[in-house]
Amino acid sequence: MNLHEYQSKQLFASYGIPVPRGIPAQTAAAAVKAAEELGGNFWVVKAQIHAGGRGKAGGVKLARTLAEVREFADGMLGTRLVTHQSGPEGLPVNIVYVEEGSGIERELYLSMLVDREVGRVSFIASAAGGMDIEKVAEETPEKIFSITIAPDAGLQDYQARQLAFGLGLDKQQMRQFGDILQKLYRLYLECDASLVEVNPLITTREGDVVALDGKINIDSNALYRQPKLVEMRDESQEDEKEREAAEHDLSYVSLDGNIACMVNGAGLAMATMDLIKLHGGEPANFLDVGGGATSERVAEAFKLILSNDNVAAILVNIFGGIVRCDLIAEGIISAVREMGVSVAVIVRLEGTNVEKGRQLLADSGLDIKAADDLTDAAKKAVAAAV
Amino acid sequence: MSILVNKDSKIICQGITGSQGSFHTEQCIEYGTQVVAGVTPGRGGAEHLGVPVYNTMAEAVAKTDADVSMIYVPAPFAADAILEAADSGVKLVVCITEGIPVNDMVKVKSALRDNDCRLIGPNCPGIMTPGECKIGIMPGFIHQKGRIGVVSRSGTLTYEAVYQTTTNGLGQSTCIGIGGDPIRGMSFIDCLELFEADPQTEGVIMVGEIGGTDEEAAAEYIQANVSKPVVAYIAGVTAPPGKRMGHAGAIIAGGKGTAAAKFEALDAAGVTTVRSPAELGSKMAEVLG
Repeated sequence: MNLHEYQSKQLFASYGIPVPRGIPAQTAAAAVKAAEELGGNFWVVKAQIHAGGRGKAGGVKLARTLAEVREFADGMLGTRLVTHQSGPEGLPVNIVYVEEGSGIERELYLSMLVDREVGRVSFIASAAGGMDIEKVAEETPEKIFSITIAPDAGLQDYQARQLAFGLGLDKQQMRQFGDILQKLYRLYLECDASLVEVNPLITTREGDVVALDGKINIDSNALYRQPKLVEMRDESQEDEKEREAAEHDLSYVSLDGNIACMVNGAGLAMATMDLIKLHGGEPANFLDVGGGATSERVAEAFKLILSNDNVAAILVNIFGGIVRCDLIAEGIISAVREMGVSVAVIVRLEGTNVEKGRQLLADSGLDIKAADDLTDAAKKAVAAAV
Repeated sequence: MSILVNKDSKIICQGITGSQGSFHTEQCIEYGTQVVAGVTPGRGGAEHLGVPVYNTMAEAVAKTDADVSMIYVPAPFAADAILEAADSGVKLVVCITEGIPVNDMVKVKSALRDNDCRLIGPNCPGIMTPGECKIGIMPGFIHQKGRIGVVSRSGTLTYEAVYQTTTNGLGQSTCIGIGGDPIRGMSFIDCLELFEADPQTEGVIMVGEIGGTDEEAAAEYIQANVSKPVVAYIAGVTAPPGKRMGHAGAIIAGGKGTAAAKFEALDAAGVTTVRSPAELGSKMAEVLG
């Protein structure tokens, strides 16, 4: 689950991590009121969406007057902002964050995530803030510094110093930076974060270290013990189909092709997409119906697949281990019948009760093509989708 | 021979009285696996599926001398169950549970560093030595005792590899699903090391997927240390970056973990790779001659 910038910064502030003062607003009038309340002589109006790259896309604007605050807020609210991370349709801007202006001296980069190789939480810092960290990693890897934290010992001062020296901070900034790292580490663990990114972390003209941006992702496996964070969820930022799928215990990702897949198991689902591509087609989605696929789930899966107008063929690939193929077959038959599926349906079944399952499909009188094996299934689906 | 588990392995099931634990333990027993006890806190003294239930792993191990634990405990309590198993003296812990918070696994991983107990999983189908012992949720009937070691991050793709090596007569020595989470117990390398040393295993099928760099590390290891033929496949060539593909660990993040990079590393290390998962078995047969 992702948090908005303003929510992330509220969390930062609650841990004592310095952030500029700001107020979220849902209307232009509220944005002006927020600016008035904040005072000062310039403000930043920031579109709140779950995607990076807002600055370049016109989602972050510096206002010198209250009239400009109104104008910028008005221009952002109610629109969809398209950034290089948002997908072509963009994401809806329902909230803008109005923040007091900051005197930026340097822009740094700081993030935390689990380092899978060592199985520990890591900090990554770079002097090249405000930039795409992937690009920095690729072009100037020497500008990136990282540390991993031993869970029982926790973050050590020498580790913070290591990063601070790498970033070229002065003595006062180094102390503030070390303090920020300790607080972020606590936040990361207590909030079950899976990613915390501060890009940029700035040094101000006064010499202070401040989190100018904030992005927090929460581990969805841990939401059961984070009720307060769950309340911060903004469903308007989520892909509607993916959300619907999750409600039915299905795992779904939209893709651009026209051959829909329905598979049990995440690995086999990816492999099925790859096979479609290998045989010259393009997958329309990733869809894992799970190990305990039932006929109800199969029906929900069909509904989901068919809500995509691009779909020209459906490939069902089930390796029934614990799941019985005859039950899956019944699910497919009733779904195809009830929903009046008009595109080709290709089914590959293998595993428990496979003969019975195939017989049911053959006897159904429906236009369901049985495939002999994986390759045959992919070829038939590609042929049907042309 | 086989690796890690065989007909003499004695298994305790943690979470045996739950619906998942009950269902799958029954199937394991049916297959012939020696399940000697179950553990459910608060249900000690009961009997379930014909075996005694204990409150704690310590008690269960003391009474039964078991050497393996199989875990079906729900995700919020699974990390605790893994550590309880490791503390009890069993040599192998197989955690089937999906959905354990990553930060819990960071702690588990750290605690297990000082323990000689091995962990398989979590979020995995388990481990199986055909004809001897099935520990997990895999369908027993597709397996056949034989020559190939199978190691995979994905459940159903393990079954594909198993099924293909059964139908072409190669069979399997031991099959291990190491799990789809970002932080897990045994790695590809740990399994490859054991398969290399196992006389029954003549070749290894390795099935990876997007996310992390385990496959790249394995490629390097194979080149330096594995003399037996390895056939590898990576799932997720068509997966878009930044999207979690079902498994918590199957995500291309920060440009890392693409299938293309993994294939490239394996090819460069001289590992035989297949671009189609349908060719895992036939390619292995071809390589073995």
